[in-house]
Amino acid sequence: MEGEPSPRSGACFHQGSFPRAVNVDLQTDATLQVDISDALSERDKVKFTVHTKSTLPNFKQNEFSVVRQHEEFIWLHDSFVENEEYAGYIIPPAPPRPDFDASREKLQKLGEGEGSMTKEEFTKMKQELEAEYLAIFKKTVAMHEVFLCRVAAHPVLRKDMNFHVFLEYNQDLSVRGKNKREKMEDFFKNVVKSADGVLVAGVKDVDDFFEHEKTFLLEYHNRVKDASSKSDRMIRSHKSAADDINRIASTLYTLGTQDSTDVCKFFLKVSELFEKTRKIEARVAADEDLKLADLLKYYLRESQAAKDLLYRRGRALVDYENANKALDKARAKNKDVLQAETSQQVCCQKFEKISESAKQELIDFKTRRVAAFRKNLVELAELELKHAKGNLQLLQSCVGVLKGDT
Amino acid sequence: MAAEMEPPPLGDAGQTDFREIEDGEGFFVSTVTILESPEPSSPDPPSMPAEGISTNGPKQEDISLDDDPEDLFAEATEEVSLDSPEREPILSDGPSPAITPVTPTAMLTPRMGLGTAEMFERSLDELEEDESGDTFDMHIAVSDPEKVGDGMNAYMGYKVTTKTSMTIFSKNETTVRRRFSDFLGLHSKLASRYLHIGYIVPPAPEKSIVGMTKVKVGKEDLSSAEFVEKRRSALERYLMRTVKHPILLKDPDVMMFLESSELPRAVSTQALSGAGILRMVNKAADAVNKMTIKMNESDAWFEEKHQQFENLDLQLRKLHASVECLVCHRKELSVNTASFAKSAAMLGNSEDHTALSRALSQLAEVEEKIDQLHQDQAYADFYLFSELLGDYVRLITAVKGVFDHRMKTWSKWQDTQLLLQKKREAESKLQFANKPDKLQQAQDEIKEEIEELEGKVQQGEKDFELISKTIRKEVSRFEKERVKDFKVVIIKYLESLVQTQQQLIKYWEAFLPEAKAIA
Repeated sequence: MEGEPSPRSGACFHQGSFPRAVNVDLQTDATLQVDISDALSERDKVKFTVHTKSTLPNFKQNEFSVVRQHEEFIWLHDSFVENEEYAGYIIPPAPPRPDFDASREKLQKLGEGEGSMTKEEFTKMKQELEAEYLAIFKKTVAMHEVFLCRVAAHPVLRKDMNFHVFLEYNQDLSVRGKNKREKMEDFFKNVVKSADGVLVAGVKDVDDFFEHEKTFLLEYHNRVKDASSKSDRMIRSHKSAADDINRIASTLYTLGTQDSTDVCKFFLKVSELFEKTRKIEARVAADEDLKLADLLKYYLRESQAAKDLLYRRGRALVDYENANKALDKARAKNKDVLQAETSQQVCCQKFEKISESAKQELIDFKTRRVAAFRKNLVELAELELKHAKGNLQLLQSCVGVLKGDT
Repeated sequence: MAAEMEPPPLGDAGQTDFREIEDGEGFFVSTVTILESPEPSSPDPPSMPAEGISTNGPKQEDISLDDDPEDLFAEATEEVSLDSPEREPILSDGPSPAITPVTPTAMLTPRMGLGTAEMFERSLDELEEDESGDTFDMHIAVSDPEKVGDGMNAYMGYKVTTKTSMTIFSKNETTVRRRFSDFLGLHSKLASRYLHIGYIVPPAPEKSIVGMTKVKVGKEDLSSAEFVEKRRSALERYLMRTVKHPILLKDPDVMMFLESSELPRAVSTQALSGAGILRMVNKAADAVNKMTIKMNESDAWFEEKHQQFENLDLQLRKLHASVECLVCHRKELSVNTASFAKSAAMLGNSEDHTALSRALSQLAEVEEKIDQLHQDQAYADFYLFSELLGDYVRLITAVKGVFDHRMKTWSKWQDTQLLLQKKREAESKLQFANKPDKLQQAQDEIKEEIEELEGKVQQGEKDFELISKTIRKEVSRFEKERVKDFKVVIIKYLESLVQTQQQLIKYWEAFLPEAKAIA
């Protein structure tokens, strides 16, 4: 498709080339399988090809694909949130907006500074920036896919009408992004909600399970936030150090070619070594990013979604208690008793429905969380080991060669 | 005799830059060069603008007025910038083959676990064989920095221990206490004696106002400890390089420095002294001269070498800058890893699934150990790699200085020759003068002058040839040393990297079963 000249437009991926939903341990089920089989990056949007395989009767075909953009994912997510029926479930967190700004800026700066560096340096840096762009691209695809898979795996949400339309309707859903006014409305809604949330959270729950979950989630959410930002910083420093090694390797190479003495061999060999170790260091940073930082970021969003569930339940509880009080008052005054009774019934039902599903959801959340952490921590350790061993081997062989030369 | 070399220090006038000069500065920055006029035997330098005292004589001991007020600036003035080939700043003779890496002193907080101390052990087995066949067997250690005095008059005293089996030294092992200005004084003397005849005198470490002020003020923090350690290590390397040069080793000032328990205060090393002003003036003059000397290089070797050193200089500076960046980022990485470790520990605490909670705590511990590892590696990056590069950047400045001196020598010779020619022309003109009574007298005068000039021309030529020969020898020695130095350090540095990776493997291998144990 068309796209701008730089950064890579039309980055295409095909089936199976994406990391599978890395952060969640989901049982995929033959009745409904969803994945993102392809994606294209254009000027300021990414087009995802959502591919569905299903044996469910409500779909016209067994296998089909549509093209969706980020706004359409957000629309779907918001429709879940706004649906009262789903108040008792943890709504899978929406994928973050694809953000290539930083990467694009860097590529632009590189283009501007082209004159000031040698051809090799320029090509090298360009390659790296392109690789970075690619990595961000892959990540955003993975995150959108995870969202869809979570929905597909959820026993209730997977049946949602909007979800089916999202998967099947092969025209543009005409979902426009929120305009300014709507964004302002959202902002105020959030303010009100957080204030309310504080109030609601202050109400002590009779149920121990929920009381414990409330305290736990609050603390956990904050700590995950902190860990996520610290891990990001750590990984950034790691990348900077790898970049420095790159520059050192280049200068050593120049020194090696210029030098007429014995030591030129050393310079050249070490330059070569550093080129390789730098690549490994960059990979270490990338893997840490994927296995650690992304994991933490995802659970930041999920724990927020769980908090939201608790908030809705708390709200329903408060409403229920208020309805009870209203009913008592009505009975005392013997006025509008029937109305009060109905209203109280409704609140009671709502509250009990939410409580029932919420309990299961929170238990599932814990199971998923533990599984995801286990998987990622194990993979992180294995990758760190793999890279360290690779590095070690390169270093040792170089030292051996150099020592043999002296 | 050596003591007479020092022009007395004078009051402080002129500009001083109170910041650490790392890279080359312009000529007019107050770089205090610890050099005096090149001719030791010349009469007094032109009178100091600042103060009335202007002798080159041995009056320095009488000037006690400098002791206290000067102390403020004793350690606090800038060393020569890297870009001052004119005056003989810190020049190097044959650089020592062994880079004596830092042995962490007790002053540094014990962040040197993990056996990195061994990495930095001085390689005592690096002996140098002199060309003439004598074994060079000498080992100098600079240690035990101790603050002497209080407040702004305080200074750091260092213990200098010399161990040698060479017969020119009176004892096998000597220990003396020296302060930083003593080192500068030593260099200043050596430079004034040897640079202009073509010997590459190793540069002394740079002064630093910021660093020293912190120490004086008594800040017992990590950065001032690091500063002292950096300086101690630099002083050690400086001394080792100096004594590895066969000519410099035999210099009486060097021996006195290493052996005598009391050393006269080297006060002319201060920036804001009259000597300092003179140096600045001379430096400026030299800069102008350098631009106007156009030498006919008849020797392709010199042309080639000059170019080579220019290239080397450029690349080494670039490399040095990159390595300094790396050190900085690694320190940052260490800090960020530590902060992440704490955060992970907190997360582990709030996690209510026991096995996961334990695993997260383990992760936090691993990351904490890794942060230490990064810190140690940054230390190695710096002391092994970065400091070596810094030393060589300064050494090459010295080498360039020596080349410049050759140019000056040539120029002097040429000028004398020109003068001789003029006199000869004047002589022949005299033949046709028609004042017979004055003729004889004038002719005699001119004959005398011509004879004198002929002598000078011969001397000039000899000087030029000598300096050229010396430089050739020195450069070849320098190159040999450089190759050795770099080879040794590169291997040491790579070994430090190896060790880091080995530790990393150990840590992650310990963690993996914990992660797998999450049920």
